[in-house]
Amino acid sequence: MPYVHPEQDPAERRRIDPAIEMEGISKAFGSVQANRDVRFTVRHGEIHALLGENGSGKSTLMNILSGIYQPDAGTIRLRGREVVFRSPRDSIELGIGMVHQHFKLVEPMTASENVAMGTGDGLSRSRAKAAERIRDYAARFGMPVDPDKKVADMSVGEKQSVEILKVLYRGADILVLDEPTAVLTPQEIEHLFAILRRMREEGASIVFISHKLHEVLDLCDRVTVLRKGETVGTVDVAGTTALRLIEMMVGRAVDLSIERPPVGADGPCLSVRGLTVRDALGVAKLDGVSFDLAHGEILGVAGLAGSGQKELCESIAGLVHPQSGAILFHERDIVGRSPREIIRMGISMSFIPEDRLGMGLVASMDIADNIMLKDYALYGGFLLDRGSARRKAQSIVDRLAISTPSIFHPVRKLSGGNIQKVILGREIDLSPKLLVTAYAVRGLDIHSSYTIYHLLNEQKRKGVAILYVGEDLDVLLELCDRVMVLCGGRVTGIVDARTSRKEEIGLLMTGVTGDAPVPAGAGEGKA
Amino acid sequence: MIRIVRKEDTVGLRAWAVRAGAILAALAASVLLVLLMGYDPIRTFGAMLQGAFGTEYGRINTIIMAVALAMTALAVSVAFSMKFWNIGAEGQILMGAFAATAAARVLPEGTPPVLLVLACLLAGLAGGAAWALVPGLFRIYLGTNETLFTLMMNYIAIKFVVLLRCLAWKDPAANGFPVIAEIPAGAFLPPVLGVHAGWILAVLLAVATYYFLRSTKLGYEIRVVGESERTARYAGMDVRRVVVTGVLVSGAMAGLTGAVKLMGVAHTLSETVAGGDGFTAIIIAWLANLSAPGIVVASVLFAALKQGTLAMEIVGSPPSLSDVIKGLILMAALSTEFFLRYRIAVERRDAHATAVHPPAGPGQAEGGPSAEAGAPAEEGG
Repeated sequence: MPYVHPEQDPAERRRIDPAIEMEGISKAFGSVQANRDVRFTVRHGEIHALLGENGSGKSTLMNILSGIYQPDAGTIRLRGREVVFRSPRDSIELGIGMVHQHFKLVEPMTASENVAMGTGDGLSRSRAKAAERIRDYAARFGMPVDPDKKVADMSVGEKQSVEILKVLYRGADILVLDEPTAVLTPQEIEHLFAILRRMREEGASIVFISHKLHEVLDLCDRVTVLRKGETVGTVDVAGTTALRLIEMMVGRAVDLSIERPPVGADGPCLSVRGLTVRDALGVAKLDGVSFDLAHGEILGVAGLAGSGQKELCESIAGLVHPQSGAILFHERDIVGRSPREIIRMGISMSFIPEDRLGMGLVASMDIADNIMLKDYALYGGFLLDRGSARRKAQSIVDRLAISTPSIFHPVRKLSGGNIQKVILGREIDLSPKLLVTAYAVRGLDIHSSYTIYHLLNEQKRKGVAILYVGEDLDVLLELCDRVMVLCGGRVTGIVDARTSRKEEIGLLMTGVTGDAPVPAGAGEGKA
Repeated sequence: MIRIVRKEDTVGLRAWAVRAGAILAALAASVLLVLLMGYDPIRTFGAMLQGAFGTEYGRINTIIMAVALAMTALAVSVAFSMKFWNIGAEGQILMGAFAATAAARVLPEGTPPVLLVLACLLAGLAGGAAWALVPGLFRIYLGTNETLFTLMMNYIAIKFVVLLRCLAWKDPAANGFPVIAEIPAGAFLPPVLGVHAGWILAVLLAVATYYFLRSTKLGYEIRVVGESERTARYAGMDVRRVVVTGVLVSGAMAGLTGAVKLMGVAHTLSETVAGGDGFTAIIIAWLANLSAPGIVVASVLFAALKQGTLAMEIVGSPPSLSDVIKGLILMAALSTEFFLRYRIAVERRDAHATAVHPPAGPGQAEGGPSAEAGAPAEEGG
């Protein structure tokens, strides 16, 4: 049946035709079928969540929508017209705007320069006009953006607003946001949601990718769930629950409680006393931090981004040299020891920085080569033990259900969740006595997150002392035995996770302690 | 409008087919050019093949050239693997040749040839390593830029050898000509199967480099440092030690090449011993994507191309033509690597022209009229 579009007035057509209609989309990479006959429809003026575990094909589908990949089969219709994208530019010009999880901004330039860049408006005369338009958009949607402010001076939330302005400026009325809340504080998330709701009122269509179900339930109108590259279905948010969504994602019912084994009885492991770390400019990043950690205990570390978590982890790993204070591991001070000596002592750090591949892994190497990163030097001789690395890699891949074509696959091509499993798997495999883990579940789907919690609890039962730097307060309170709160490099409180409430920790994070006034400068400009 | 777009990497057999196709296309273009200029393509290209592989003289020269190129390219590939941009192989070759000459001059007459040859080769290793160590130390302790530093060290090495030739080591028996005396015949590399024994060293070096980078701890450390110094520190590696050792290995290999060129070919030290191989090797190393087997293949092809175009000139085609042909083939090879990763997108000014309406026919069956698909919530399962 040939397709003839009925002559209708534009408003009528807008009402009937969905903003995006992807039908029968299939895409294979080698032997991996990333999308199989996927169907995805987004209406005008709705916020539509795209859910799925890591590796379920969400990124592939969105890359097809943004013109980066061409599908092997299937059709895409925008506002009722069939389209073929030959490059990302086609997609941009047809009004699709991608807001990526990692900001792609030029730090030394101002907001308006970043926004106008590449459109031809960044130069000379049109510059003032561009700034004017940016001010308009910002006011319309309630974004706190000053067009003349340099990106380098902006908070994470402001930067994200600039990213959104960038796509609006290019005329996008279909926005795709890839895990936009992963790096935001609770207040910034609320603000973002307000902006998105205002856009919806103006008729924009928004695709919202997130692993946090409560956000999806709070913000979105409909949800499409993908599993193993196929569409499971599309449901109205109003008629569904978190449990039901998880079931659709995982394919079976999942128990959402995190267990908390009792603290072990093997005594103290780590004692930190008066730890102070200053940066090159002499600003204190850690200021007199003291705490104890016992074997078989999980100590959570909470705090806004940049409160000293990184410096604490790197000091323990020997990568940063503190100006004063002591880090006693089994009563021996490890300050001043080299990272290798510290590794040999049984201290393991699975630090997952914002850029996952920045430090924990060698991006271009395969899984097997990455597995031996920490222990290759612990055996004698000048040759690598490739055989045992391969066996280890295979057993880690099997045990943690890492989805990869083989252990010879470069880690840079794995999905975020699988990358994190490789790091954590390697660190656990070293049988550490102390495990420092930072943002272990950032960007991970629910299933993978719970796998990681179980792995940590398994280590805890073996008597491993665990320092867990986390973001999700609910998880910190459920998983950890105690939670230490950092604010501006100082400890504002160490609370019992069994008896504390989220609000209490939230206050400590902003520097409000029960008995002391707010420390000067603490938390300033971070919230 | 024409733009460059990233695509999925082409790999495996298909990639090799593309590479072969590119070289063939370059040759076809060369044939056209030769015809346009009024030469007989069969005669010209026949001479090229004949020159590179057809005669014993040609084969030997091709291999001699390939040996030096391969050894040097292997040397720089070690430094490049840790992102230490060693542009100084030219100077390291010269200093290796200098050290070998010094060893030959210092050892007493009557030293058994085996000892003499070994001593000269070891001296070559040390000479190149020492020359590379200087920029290496400056880089790790003072953070200087090794690209500029190693490049400058080349000119120092060249002038140093000129100085030796004109003053300190000037041969009194050369009737006033500023030349350095030949090294004793005992220090010459003996021919094996018609070519000086350096080719055996080159093959051994290729195998050793392959396993060094792949299977030794130091090779692994070099690759990790090349990827990210932060990761290397996190894994407990001593980055300074790795960089210094890697630079020493790279320099020593270039120095060994210098000794081989001196003892196998030149027999007398002069500033022309390196002959630009230190720079050509950089192209070869990249062409081979820093893989040792690739470097061997690329070196032989490159040497054959050079030798073959020389032979073309002998049958009458102008040197400029052979330069153009060399350039065409090299450009084809280099751009292939680019096109395996990117594609050129041609698009019309009006982007909406890319939005095509669906063709009538069976393709439409799975889609259905869009109005239906937009109807109230599809129930999920």
